Amino acid sequence: MSQPNAVTEIPYLAGDLAVWLIILAELLTFGIFFLSYAFARTFDVALFNASQTTLDLNSGGINTALLITGSWCVVRAVQAVKRDASAVGVRWLMAALVCGSGFVVIKLIEFSAKADAGIDLSTNSFYMFYFLLTAFHFFHVLAAMVFLSILLFKTRAGRYGSHDVHELETGAAFWHMVDLLWIVLFPLIYVMR
Amino acid sequence: MLKFSSNTLWLLLLAATGLTYWIGESGQMGHRSIVPVSIIFGVAFLKAWVVINDFMALRQAPKLWRHLLLGWLTFVIGMILLAYQWGLHG
Repeated sequence: MSQPNAVTEIPYLAGDLAVWLIILAELLTFGIFFLSYAFARTFDVALFNASQTTLDLNSGGINTALLITGSWCVVRAVQAVKRDASAVGVRWLMAALVCGSGFVVIKLIEFSAKADAGIDLSTNSFYMFYFLLTAFHFFHVLAAMVFLSILLFKTRAGRYGSHDVHELETGAAFWHMVDLLWIVLFPLIYVMR
Repeated sequence: MLKFSSNTLWLLLLAATGLTYWIGESGQMGHRSIVPVSIIFGVAFLKAWVVINDFMALRQAPKLWRHLLLGWLTFVIGMILLAYQWGLHG
């Protein structure tokens, strides 16, 4: 017997197809970097372990919390705009940008401390991967913040609402991807020994 | 199926991050053991699962996209663990 109350949900991809193709390309690129690090490590485990102990686990942990919180803020912003509470959505987007800014500041302090200690890309294989991976990710955070800032101004101008959240969902998908990448990067570079 | 609010998921993600941080900070790592490494990547897998399904809203997306991202996650984390195991015998 059929269930009269059963609702069939129509599949819905949140955001533009183009951004999802970009996300796929980014995941493949970072995936190659992650696996290159993991397998390069097997050739000199002692060097990678010794070098990794010089990283600041506190800043890595705080940055993980900031990106996760930023992602949650964007989820709340989209939810608010969908129910036509744009002013609330703007506040959540601003909170996400504060989280992103916090990440950027902490990462710059971390890079600066390494530079002061005379450590750079050429120091050894571990630091080459550390700088390449974290700097590449860092630029993605900056790009995501630019997109989010544009979306914030458009949300404030009343461009989005229950009638249209397409662009907002597109930017949100990219923002979440930056969080997703860091969720793998943090244990790989900062914790695994 | 259990359905958590975004607030609950956020708190769970923070707690999971705290667990990874604690494992790194408490000296559990660096003893040439696959166990703590499997735990931190198991936690990372669950966190990424939440971000993909709930934050990126792929739970209600066409299955292809959900499978592509979860497939990427499973492959990458599986290969990282394989590489770690390989490094133990190097």
